[in-house]
Amino acid sequence: MGYPHPSHPREQVLLSKYFGDSGARTYAGWVDRGGYQGLRKALGMSREALIEEVKASGLRGRGGAGFPTGLKWSFMPKDDGKPHYLVCNADESEPGTFKDREIMRWTPHALIEGCALAAYAIAAERCYIYIRGEFTEPWSVMTEAVREAYANGVLGRNALGSGHRIDITLHRGAGAYICGEETAMMNSIEGKRGNPRIKPPFPAVAGLFGMPTTINNVETLAATPHIVLQGAAFYKSLCLGNPKSTGTKLISVCGHVQRPGNYEITMGTPMRELIYDMCGGMRPGRTLKAVIPGGSSVPIMTADEAETCITDYEGVIEKGSMLGSGGMIVMDDSADMVYQVWRLARFYAHESCAQCTQCREGTAWTTRILERILAGKGKEADFQLLLDLSEQMTGKTICVLSDSCAAPIVSGIQKFRGEFEAYMSGARRPALASAL
Amino acid sequence: MADELVSVTIDGAAVSVPKGMTIIEAAKQAGILIPHYCYHPSLPSPAVCRMCLVEVEKAPKLMPACVTTVTDGQVVHVNSAVAKKAREGVLEFLLINHPLDCPICDQAGECELQDYVFQEGRAGTRYAEYAKRYNPVEEFGPDVLYVANRCILCTRCVRFMDDVAQTPVLNVSERGDRAFIGISPEQTLDHAWAGNVVDLCPVGSLISKDFLHKARAWDLDKAPSVCPGCTQGCNMSIETRDDVVVRLRPRPNLEVNRHFMCDYGRLDYRWMNRGDRIEAPLVRQAERHVAVDWDTALDTLGRLASGAGSVVILASGRASVESLGLVRRLAGAGPVTAAIRVPIGDEAPLAGIPDLALRKERVPNLHGAAMLGYGPEWGAALRAAAGAGLVILLDVALSEEEERTLAGAAGRIVVLGTAVSGIDRRADLVLPVTSMAEENGVYVNRDYRAQRYHQAKPAPGMARPAWWIAGEVLAGQGPDRDAPSTASEAFDLVAAAFDAFAGLRHADLGFSGRRVAAPAGASR
Repeated sequence: MGYPHPSHPREQVLLSKYFGDSGARTYAGWVDRGGYQGLRKALGMSREALIEEVKASGLRGRGGAGFPTGLKWSFMPKDDGKPHYLVCNADESEPGTFKDREIMRWTPHALIEGCALAAYAIAAERCYIYIRGEFTEPWSVMTEAVREAYANGVLGRNALGSGHRIDITLHRGAGAYICGEETAMMNSIEGKRGNPRIKPPFPAVAGLFGMPTTINNVETLAATPHIVLQGAAFYKSLCLGNPKSTGTKLISVCGHVQRPGNYEITMGTPMRELIYDMCGGMRPGRTLKAVIPGGSSVPIMTADEAETCITDYEGVIEKGSMLGSGGMIVMDDSADMVYQVWRLARFYAHESCAQCTQCREGTAWTTRILERILAGKGKEADFQLLLDLSEQMTGKTICVLSDSCAAPIVSGIQKFRGEFEAYMSGARRPALASAL
Repeated sequence: MADELVSVTIDGAAVSVPKGMTIIEAAKQAGILIPHYCYHPSLPSPAVCRMCLVEVEKAPKLMPACVTTVTDGQVVHVNSAVAKKAREGVLEFLLINHPLDCPICDQAGECELQDYVFQEGRAGTRYAEYAKRYNPVEEFGPDVLYVANRCILCTRCVRFMDDVAQTPVLNVSERGDRAFIGISPEQTLDHAWAGNVVDLCPVGSLISKDFLHKARAWDLDKAPSVCPGCTQGCNMSIETRDDVVVRLRPRPNLEVNRHFMCDYGRLDYRWMNRGDRIEAPLVRQAERHVAVDWDTALDTLGRLASGAGSVVILASGRASVESLGLVRRLAGAGPVTAAIRVPIGDEAPLAGIPDLALRKERVPNLHGAAMLGYGPEWGAALRAAAGAGLVILLDVALSEEEERTLAGAAGRIVVLGTAVSGIDRRADLVLPVTSMAEENGVYVNRDYRAQRYHQAKPAPGMARPAWWIAGEVLAGQGPDRDAPSTASEAFDLVAAAFDAFAGLRHADLGFSGRRVAAPAGASR
């Protein structure tokens, strides 16, 4: 539902049904609302059947990459005698994204249920939930919910009487964006500096503590009990666009719309409908200028592209961007695109882990160039320089942080070149004091 | 079982290499050096510098050659336009915060950043408007300074301390372009092998205080040598400027010391530059020593050596196999006691490399000496010297008490020495010999690996290798005399006389030595 706004009739509420309902936070309240039925059913199935069910549902990773979840689970080695780990990525540090926070705040048991289900599927006895450091309320809610889950036998030596051991450990981040990257997260859990690791080896081969590991996003895991309970066919039927994108997706809409919030849409819902109907459209007298559809790391879309876009993995790619985490930043005609691009670049420059040369130096350098343009000291050659640097920062590093910094810069220049030129020519007053 | 081989083509050169090898190693086999910074053959590869990105056909993007393994039929392009552009980009990024203070940087001339930028970097900068990152110089340890401004964050030093020294005192501090190499609070880089971080640093960021501003890299002459510090026998280079030794550095030998050398060995070179040297043969006449030419000196030595009765040889463990062997032969067939002095210190292992340590026995040729009949029983030999007909001292430093004991000895004393010492006054004959830095020779390390070392600087005055002196006397007089004129010929004479070296020649030893059979019952 469009929390904190009332649910819109065009939403498909699966995960967000109890947002705002504090009764759903407790174990008893969750069970009253039909909770833990999905887990109970899953524990009665064979692991293979469970993974097949999730595969058949078409569920894809909701953290950003959109990798098929069932397929990811099936990569875990069978009967290898090693401990397996499940890591739930609750770091949600992508600017513009705030869906996992609400899942943990209102329906912590939904996440525990999903974690326990996935842990069983991949034969893991321990699941780490890596919660973003700034999430104080979700942290305390989750802490209490895990305590209750142990007290009620959902977790522990004999999870729901199934004979399987499932433990959940909450791990709190310390505020680094990069720890949301799955391999950096594993390093962080191990107590090391949160630097992304080189792949291969992939986590399913050598992940956390060198053991086979699966990393799933909060929203992905929370969706799995619904798939088990209501069937893969039901989940797969939730599709208005490309059949490769199924189910519901929480879209965190922020920025210049009348009703920002979390909207749970059926995959394939037109973006126009999301922005203008569900979110109430632009503020009075304003028109749509740009949308960053998937968190700050994806290319910026123009108003035209956004208004004709189908909101699913393929639809957004068709418009030259990515669905990413579903953090949708909407900007109206009052937005200064140069400033916005600079603000994003500054974020990435601050968060670069400093391993790869292109990222460490490139994010900082591009930020300085954008700063100079905003100070009214840009020059024509800066376009070529920014595009050159962006090319060097794309596809050449261990993780995609530097690609993420380059994406809004390149799309910003391509689509809003005039705004950059206005700063260069002096037509627009400098927005920053000169950095030089 | 032989390794499975795969065929790869690198820049048009086809090579067969073992399966599982990385592209960067396979390229070396094809004679192609892929530019790199963070990769080092003795360290784990983090693939962070992104300098070794190469184009691999059928791969969606450029691959880091240091961690990508070869596959059969793989086609790699190191010098394609795309790969070169990526490297040019990395170099540009590395240079924006690099101070370019090459004129005052110790690394200049042997700097990998300088080399690669010269090879394929951009001619000019596009980072003109901004100040470069600044951090002050930090003192990391007794001999290591960290010049943060020059650092390219390849993390070789961090990985050396983490994974090889296994004393993790260095780290990457801060993030983004503010990052620098940090040292843990209250810690100092005083590990016994810490000096290696200076060699590992591809730029002039970690520098040796001992070598600071001593010489420019291009003014140095380098001679392959073997560290005389202990029985490990680490391979090293003696680096001289104008015939003064200014630095010792490890020379790679995967069987002995990989790429490393301990600080004890590295910094113990000042004795090689001593000025108080014996420069001419001295013969005792009444109460004085008189400088003579070599003919006179050798005749005198020949007379003293023949019919001396019992002989005691007290030798330095730094003496070569050649010198020890021929001096031992010079002592003749009568009763001979031969010993070397073995100073003892603390053992300091390098944890991450098996069988590599600064050893307790601080001489390089303990095992070679043993194979030639020199024992370690110094005290007994010294007592025997008191009653011997002839005592030969081969470059040993004696304590005052030992000098007093020997001064009262009954027989003759011959000194083959480098530096002037107190016992010279009592000696009947004092002959100037070369130090290991001034001669060619062979040491045998604790694994019975015979390794050659080469002359790094000229001998002072009339000094000659001890093997030459002994060899000349042994050759005697006459037209058929066969005295050795090179260390190689001296070694042949030793091999002919001592079964332990039978059949071995200098040419067999190469630059990394060869293991010889350990004597029966020998232990390390």
